[in-house]
Amino acid sequence: MRLVLRDITKRFGSVVANDRISLTVEPGEIHCLLGENGAGKSTLMNVLYGLYHADEGEIEIDGEVRRFVGPGDAMAAGIGMVHQHFMLIPVFTVAENVMLGNESTTGPLGRLDLESARERVTEISERFGFHVNPDALVEDLPVGVQQRVEIIKALSRDAELLVFDEPTAVLTPQETDELMGIMRQLKESGKAIVFITHKLREVREVADRITVIRLGKVVGEAEPTATNAELASMMVGRPVELVVDKGEGSFGDDALVVDNLRVIDQTGHVHVDGLSFTIRAGEVLAVAGVQGNGQTELTEALMGLQDHVTGSIKLNGKELVGRSTRKVLDADVGFIPEDRQVDGLVGEFTIAENLMLNRSFEMPFVRHGGLRIGTLREFAEDKLAEYDVRARDIDTLAGNLSGGNQQKVVVARELSRDLDLLVAAQPTRGVDVGSIEFIHKQIVATRDAGVPVLLVSTELDEVVALADRIMVLYRGRIVGIVPADTPREKLGLMMTGERPKDVVA
Amino acid sequence: MNDTTTTEQEPTPPPAEEVEQPSEAHSLLYRIAAGDALAGVLAVFLAFLVGSVMIAATDETVRETAGYIAARPSDFFQAVWDAVSGAYAAMFRGAIYNTRVDDFQTAIRPLTETLKYAAPLILAGLGVGVGFRAALFNIGGRGQMLLAGAAAGWVGFALDLPAVIHLPLAILAGLIAGGLWGGIAGLLKARTGAHEVIVTIMLNYVAYYLVLYALSRDFLLQAPGSNNPQSLPMKQSAILPKVLGDRYNLHLGIILALVAVAAVWWLLNRSALGYRIRAVGGNPHAARAAGINVGRTYTTVFFIAGALVGLAGVNQVLGTVTSGVTTDLDAGIGFDAITVALLGRSRPLGILFAGLLFGGFKAGGFTMQTSENISVDLVLVVQSLIVLFLAAPPLVRAIFRLPNKEVA
Amino acid sequence: MSTTADTPATVPDELGQVAVVSRKTPILLAVLVVGLALVLLFSDSVGETTFRVASRNDLFQIPDITVPGRATAWVMLAGCALLTGESFRRLLNQQKTPLWLVATYALLWMTAFLSWAAIGGRVPVVGLFGGAVALAVPLVFGALGGVLGERAGVVNIAIEAQLLFGAFAAAVVASSTGSAWAGVLAAALAGVLVASVLGLFAIGYFVDQIIVGVVLNVLVIGLTNFFFRQVLTPNAETLNSPERLSAVPIPLLGQIPLIGPVLFRQTPLVYLLYVTVAVVAFALYRTRWGLRVRAVGEHPKAADTVGIKVNRTRWRTVLLAGAVAGLGGAYFSLVAVSGFNREMTGGAGFIALAAVIFGKWDPVRATLAALLFGFASNLQGVLSVIGSPVPSQFMLMLPYLVTILAVAGLVGRSRPPAADGQPYRSQ
Repeated sequence: MRLVLRDITKRFGSVVANDRISLTVEPGEIHCLLGENGAGKSTLMNVLYGLYHADEGEIEIDGEVRRFVGPGDAMAAGIGMVHQHFMLIPVFTVAENVMLGNESTTGPLGRLDLESARERVTEISERFGFHVNPDALVEDLPVGVQQRVEIIKALSRDAELLVFDEPTAVLTPQETDELMGIMRQLKESGKAIVFITHKLREVREVADRITVIRLGKVVGEAEPTATNAELASMMVGRPVELVVDKGEGSFGDDALVVDNLRVIDQTGHVHVDGLSFTIRAGEVLAVAGVQGNGQTELTEALMGLQDHVTGSIKLNGKELVGRSTRKVLDADVGFIPEDRQVDGLVGEFTIAENLMLNRSFEMPFVRHGGLRIGTLREFAEDKLAEYDVRARDIDTLAGNLSGGNQQKVVVARELSRDLDLLVAAQPTRGVDVGSIEFIHKQIVATRDAGVPVLLVSTELDEVVALADRIMVLYRGRIVGIVPADTPREKLGLMMTGERPKDVVA
Repeated sequence: MNDTTTTEQEPTPPPAEEVEQPSEAHSLLYRIAAGDALAGVLAVFLAFLVGSVMIAATDETVRETAGYIAARPSDFFQAVWDAVSGAYAAMFRGAIYNTRVDDFQTAIRPLTETLKYAAPLILAGLGVGVGFRAALFNIGGRGQMLLAGAAAGWVGFALDLPAVIHLPLAILAGLIAGGLWGGIAGLLKARTGAHEVIVTIMLNYVAYYLVLYALSRDFLLQAPGSNNPQSLPMKQSAILPKVLGDRYNLHLGIILALVAVAAVWWLLNRSALGYRIRAVGGNPHAARAAGINVGRTYTTVFFIAGALVGLAGVNQVLGTVTSGVTTDLDAGIGFDAITVALLGRSRPLGILFAGLLFGGFKAGGFTMQTSENISVDLVLVVQSLIVLFLAAPPLVRAIFRLPNKEVA
Repeated sequence: MSTTADTPATVPDELGQVAVVSRKTPILLAVLVVGLALVLLFSDSVGETTFRVASRNDLFQIPDITVPGRATAWVMLAGCALLTGESFRRLLNQQKTPLWLVATYALLWMTAFLSWAAIGGRVPVVGLFGGAVALAVPLVFGALGGVLGERAGVVNIAIEAQLLFGAFAAAVVASSTGSAWAGVLAAALAGVLVASVLGLFAIGYFVDQIIVGVVLNVLVIGLTNFFFRQVLTPNAETLNSPERLSAVPIPLLGQIPLIGPVLFRQTPLVYLLYVTVAVVAFALYRTRWGLRVRAVGEHPKAADTVGIKVNRTRWRTVLLAGAVAGLGGAYFSLVAVSGFNREMTGGAGFIALAAVIFGKWDPVRATLAALLFGFASNLQGVLSVIGSPVPSQFMLMLPYLVTILAVAGLVGRSRPPAADGQPYRSQ
């Protein structure tokens, strides 16, 4: 199948997620769509799959312009999708998942023809060497096998073009290698493949052609022979555009000492594995890495938000592991969570109410169990001005603010206490440029005041701009801790788990 | 329905400046709170319209005149008008002011009846409303009322104390019993994640049979020598005194309700605990990240909710029906409270007015039943329709062919 | 400040997980043994207990069994204790307690209990089980309706409303047409009507399903009470005197001792129930329709991505579920008594809801749960006739208590369909 996307534009409100994107995919080729998180790759593919409707542009298949109202149309046209979040029913068997929506029945009672579905699964599974048991429950299968079920699902519907949306984000390196093999096999059988990713190594390994997307636009094409550095600079954009006015730091003693930290979730998955590092007073340690490599769990462990934590986190000599979140906050830790709408704000609360969220137990806003509304309002008025929150007044609901202003409310709340540690996760995600600058200044000011700062960011620009030292995480482990002036190509490489020779782990 | 283009199902939310949609869990409360006034008025109108149809359809004269509607349609419409207006006029006479008597003190009596019926609705409505503010659904009103009523009732008939101590002690017993019974649901949710809706429904029946058991044992609640599941009547020292003299039935319960409105208002809007309750209700994740113990808050909320609903039970046993504890003491109030809380948008003042409104319906309904022979159950229908229509303003707008506001 | 590995770390995605065998079953068994033993120790009733198994028209008559009450109870309880020991032994070996063990235990325990509770009296075994089946009819229909709706992702708190409206419609239609079967049909339609309101608000307008359900219960109570008083009572002769559905024994099957009278000398509604259970169980697990229903209840987005119309599927299922639940309503006004009365369902809808949860959202298990609850309530009736020392209220409380324990995860683990209660908005 030959697929042509022509000038696809998709807007969400005022945001242009896809801006006149054009793309051609030939049969028997693996076409990589490379871009950072949020560059608009998945949106584009959801348009192709009929889940979104493009505001402008057209989809052409084998020379014919098509219009998809729903996924059913796209599937009928021979497009299959391996979703980033698997579209599988966990409590169904493999065969049931594969047949769903495409069921055949036997007998007068309309009995489901599970036998033929099993055969189909087995047949496809054998053809590609998948080793998938059609009668296994999906929820019992490892993630890598679940992904193969997704592939079988698409192939069983005779898909000629397969879209893989960030397929390796959830895979182990071995599983990733196996997936690469499967993709090559599919290609050789004549299928067209779109491979969405932000991982350079994988791209160079399997791609026939590469299209790079940045901020919703195609920024160029590249050959698979391009170097990591070339690809990285296309994907991330020109080096540091953000200028942060940050002087030489004056560092004190080790303030935060993390030793052999390990975080496990309820299902037994290890997310953070044996982390040991220190942050000095007045120092910004930036954690770099692709999303999902343990950053979230690291910050949550620090804040007492994870249940199964072992090892030690000492702040100025006081142990934080085992403390409740409230006790951690009492130790003067400030926390800017990575998703302000989930963990940072109560949307139905006013700005003023949100400003006291982590101080609902005692002075200055609470006395004898009662709220001190006057104090809070005065405080809120001050912070509104000080942090340049653009809102009508302090009674505006936080849910009605723009992302940048929401984030300023969170930052204002966290920085308005005397801190002994600041944990800032993705402090500028989804924030406008003006607010980014402002928030960066605040973080630098905090550092200059002698507070140790743990900054987590997947934006390399931000990491480089703010860090005194950079710690790169990969799969829950430290790849290396390097100086802030480390070249970004080298950092990018480390983010894929490779440790350069001169880096001491 | 084209009003939702972006939802939580969006796989990769663009790095947007967009205003976040309220989460699914709160969308109903949000919608009720944000529902515009016009849709609200129309919802009430629609509910009464359905009520009118029911009145007309079951009226004898209307059915007779319908037999010859082709010949004399005016008879038919006159009959419909008479039936419907008669019914609603009776409701007015029963709920607010009896226009058929000259003596003002008698004429105003219905208003005091309305207040009497409103008191438990307000108290229980507050109990449900407090739960809503923490995004908790308290359907356990019946059980909480029963246990509170039983506890208050026991203190009321079994102990001999001076009124100054007896009455407060009885009230306190009911309050604590209701709170503890409510607290079970909160504790189970906090500890095991058991859904409070299922737990409170089931606890209603457990409470019912517990009280029934107690009412069948004379060492517990049953009146000695009786075979009926009923306790002894309350001692005079434990009965809520009449507030407007013996001429009216209105007792101290309404004062209790007003005090509770003020207390809950203070709790929710002026206290740290209430702040945390609202934070947990608004966004439990953010509350947790800010050091608030979500599980403990659930337990506390359910204790408070149970205590408030319990006061409604106390109001019944020590005020409205002082002849003794029975398993009917909740009189459907536990469920009415849900509609009261929804109509009052879970705000104390809103609940006050919703309780007064529904109390009026009840008082008026009884008059309608006695004077026009129309079943008081009509009130239940109108009440539940109001809540349903209020919950879906787009439906109301569609019925009246108004443009849908939500499509921006 | 170093990690030991010098190559890129390959972190195992999963730790080895230890198979966790629940300790709850053996503990529960032990508690029940100790509980009954204490009761036996502290009660002073002495005498014989008679079990009557035979009924008229049996192919052959089984004689009554008369045993010394306390001694039998102790012997049976000893058997229970042994089984409990076996359960603990298996726990130590990381094995689960098998179903046969629990079933045998239940039989022994129940016999022990009855031997004691009915000392000096006669236990009508047929009546005990047969009555349980009859009492369970509305519970099973209601539970099946609940299972269907929730499997499609729509929580139905309004089963009670569907039963009540079904009972009302059955009485009115059966009276006015003179046909009990027309009444049964009307009951189903009444259930559909309630379901359509649930669907309109919950699926069509995304109103919280629990709120719609709760309000629907109040609405239907109001409606049926209103019309009962205004229309049915004055016209009781024509509108509220339905022909009653009477028992129709099935030839041969009905004559098998014990089983016959319990299962096959029932009303046609019971036979309809057998068929419904089988059809629902088959349809839900073995047909295309069932697969799709379960898919939209578990993961509507996934269903959507393979071209299944989520809300259309939900609508159809909810209406069907209404019909099934409504059927159960006919029991109250056509079987239990002849004619409708105010709020005559008396909370059966909530027991049905309990059966849905205790039955883990499975039609067959939910049916068994409903039968168990029916048994509990019939046992209570039988015991109070015998004059047993057990307070009837505690027997009646049992279904609700068991359900609370179930949702709290104390008895087994019940997991609702993943998308239960969540409205679905397509793009």
